Amino acid sequence: MKKIFVFLLLTRCFTSSSYAQNVNTILQKVKDKLNLVNDYEASGEMKTKVVFLKVPVASVKIYYKKPDKLKIKNEKGISFIPKGAVSININNVLTNNAFTILDGGIAKLGNTNVRVIKLLPEDDPDSYRDDVVLSTLYIDDNFLILKAKTTTKDNGTYELEMSYGKYAGYGLPDKVIFTFNTKDYKIPKGVTFDYSEDQKKAPDKTKARKGTIQITYKTYLINKGLSDAVFK
Amino acid sequence: MNKVSQPVFKKKVSVRNISFTFDELYLMPAIIEVKNLTKQFKDVTAVNNLSFTVNAGDVYGFLGQNGAGKSTTIRMLLTLLQPTTGSIHIFNKNLQTNRKKILTQVGAIIEKPDLYKYLTAFQNLFFFAKISGVKVLENKIMEQLEMVGLSERAHSKVKTFSQGMKQRLGIAVALIHDPELIILDEPTNGLDPQGIADVRNLIISLSKNFGKTVLVSSHLLTEIELIANRILIIDKGNKIVEGTSDELLDPAKTIVALNTLDNQSAKNKIVATQWGQYLQQSKNDTIILKFSKDRIPEFVNQLVQLNIEVLSVTPRHSLEDYFLSLTTANQHVEPVTV
Amino acid sequence: MWNLLQFELFKIFKKPRTYIAFGAIAAIILLIQIALLTNGKEYVKFMLSSLDDTLDIPYDQIRNGYWIGFAILNLLLIHVPILVALVAGDMVAGEANMGTLRLLITKPISRTNLLLTKFFACVIYTFILVVWTAFLCLVVSVLLFGTNDLVISKEFELLQIEKTDVLWRYIAAFGFGTVGLIVVASLSFLLSVLSDNSIGPIVATVAIIIVFTIMSEMQIPIYDKTVKPYLFTTHMLGWKGFFYIDSDVDGQTIKGSIQHFSSIMKSFAILIGYIFLFVSSAIIIFKKKDILS
Repeated sequence: MKKIFVFLLLTRCFTSSSYAQNVNTILQKVKDKLNLVNDYEASGEMKTKVVFLKVPVASVKIYYKKPDKLKIKNEKGISFIPKGAVSININNVLTNNAFTILDGGIAKLGNTNVRVIKLLPEDDPDSYRDDVVLSTLYIDDNFLILKAKTTTKDNGTYELEMSYGKYAGYGLPDKVIFTFNTKDYKIPKGVTFDYSEDQKKAPDKTKARKGTIQITYKTYLINKGLSDAVFK
Repeated sequence: MNKVSQPVFKKKVSVRNISFTFDELYLMPAIIEVKNLTKQFKDVTAVNNLSFTVNAGDVYGFLGQNGAGKSTTIRMLLTLLQPTTGSIHIFNKNLQTNRKKILTQVGAIIEKPDLYKYLTAFQNLFFFAKISGVKVLENKIMEQLEMVGLSERAHSKVKTFSQGMKQRLGIAVALIHDPELIILDEPTNGLDPQGIADVRNLIISLSKNFGKTVLVSSHLLTEIELIANRILIIDKGNKIVEGTSDELLDPAKTIVALNTLDNQSAKNKIVATQWGQYLQQSKNDTIILKFSKDRIPEFVNQLVQLNIEVLSVTPRHSLEDYFLSLTTANQHVEPVTV
Repeated sequence: MWNLLQFELFKIFKKPRTYIAFGAIAAIILLIQIALLTNGKEYVKFMLSSLDDTLDIPYDQIRNGYWIGFAILNLLLIHVPILVALVAGDMVAGEANMGTLRLLITKPISRTNLLLTKFFACVIYTFILVVWTAFLCLVVSVLLFGTNDLVISKEFELLQIEKTDVLWRYIAAFGFGTVGLIVVASLSFLLSVLSDNSIGPIVATVAIIIVFTIMSEMQIPIYDKTVKPYLFTTHMLGWKGFFYIDSDVDGQTIKGSIQHFSSIMKSFAILIGYIFLFVSSAIIIFKKKDILS
């Protein structure tokens, strides 16, 4: 009983201290951390999980440069990168300053308490992000974004889940899971001539049409100065 | 004259590891022995119960009109057709069971000598020799082409050849593996007079100088008369007559065609007498006998004694006359008799 | 036998018709390559258009030598069998028509040997045709377009094979394809034995292949379980099976794997069965056949 009381008390203290902070302050602290990074070149492994896409695990390099340049390259082969994958770098979600910031309260991600902040972009026709309707961020006590949800006008909802390790000081994750909406894969009729020993089965349409890519970062080279040519 | 009597056992033959014993080739005089051969195509009997023997060294003339069954018979001798019934022995061996061994020693032209048009004369000869099991040397091929007068065109494609040249090349192909038995189906077809004479001389030479046995078919008696020592005439698949050309062409051995009011009963009466031995097979109703012309009056006397009502007794003076009459007889309802 | 085989091959390669096949394949492949060199991106887009909204597709990388090789093989599905039929259908009937068959049969070779040798010559021709096709469609494509990972579009999924994992699949596929084409050769050969002119067997073979291919590809339930499993054209596509890479539960492809290896082997066995059936039927018929040509 005593133990439970202590636990509840601690929880209360923790949440209240977190809650006490202004969402703007929290967001600023997150940004400050991220602003430490001008550019990076990261290498890692990318796993793609899409119902109709069977691809190998790819060794990729991810290049980032302020304010919103991002490139994923598969040096050895081909990779299908989901549209909107630029937001795997959270900077790209936050660069647009013209937000309306809403406090979404406190929530729990697994066992971790997080602060929910919603961003409503103000109209900015010049930005590539004008597609975005709403971004929701789940920020932990260390001002690290654990999860981000972006709802777009045309491309459905992207979800980003991140876990941190060595590079937490820069706000850079060790692992990112990017979830995106997929459309049905169709091929023009009569062009495949498949070998059909395996009974052809149309994919289950009731299944959620979502795909993920999961990037596990191995190394980051931070602020070494990247030329713009990399992003072309 | 009779080439059968010529000594043909000139050499012991061991060809391409397939040896024919002396006996097989020479002491046994019969090179081809056909017994009761019949070939039925659906409703048509192309060859009917045909038997004949070709002896070693023979130039055997196979006479008959187009469609008489000559080609069908030859195709059966060469295993192109399966006999419906009957047996064929060549080199004293059953053709069905010893096909490969026998064919090593047979060279043939069947109807048109069709060869590979897109290959040269040399290539045609070279490969046919090879698959006949002969190791061929270039000069042997050139020799053969020389023999048929094509050495200058050795490396021209066959499609550029005239009919006569193709025929000669066909003969060269038939002879390239030095066979003991040569079967030539209408070898002078499409040849000019000089070509015909050349082929004729070649056949005679093959027999006389090389001791080969030749079976040659033709629808022209004039051709066969000049080269064959034995002749078989067939018509509508039936054997009409077989004999040595000396016999068949000898005026002393005349063919006599008899027509009476009732041929069947006349035949029965004749069989019972000494004249029965002279009776020949005949496809149509006419009674055919073969005996010396001098004996015709004696024969007529016998007919009178037998109370046979004679319509005509017709002697034939030459084989050609006989051949022509036979073939016309079969084309018309009744033979024209004197 | 060796002499006869030499003769048969010599005849095949002395015939102008033979080179039509080699020329036709070269022309088709080079035309496709030129087209893809200039408009390849559009073609890839056409194939993958449904994904364009969701994914950034590296069109230029996809359009590499391996991918073009695979695309060409798909386009040649009907052509190469026709070219095989062109020669195989002529093997016996052509000789009957020309009049040389009767001369061949009077040679001291058994009819069975004659036919087997002719068939073997067809097999060699088919093999050379496949090597020629492989050279043009793979080697030339790789020289022109380079190599990269191979992306295969199936009806319901897209497979990606790492470039270091591709070449052996091509070799296996060409091997399998040769067997499939030998089925065509043996069918054409059987029809050739039945005919006295070569047009009949060639046209008949082509007609059979087209009808069977349509039946194999149509997804009509009444054919799916009844006729389709027995059509050799269904199994001839087995070469593609080597490109159907397997994936783990996470959907990640496994290097060096094949999705349905046992199906491929079954198809292989069925094709061998067809070859055996067609060739032995040809021999049985030919042995009894009266040669009247």
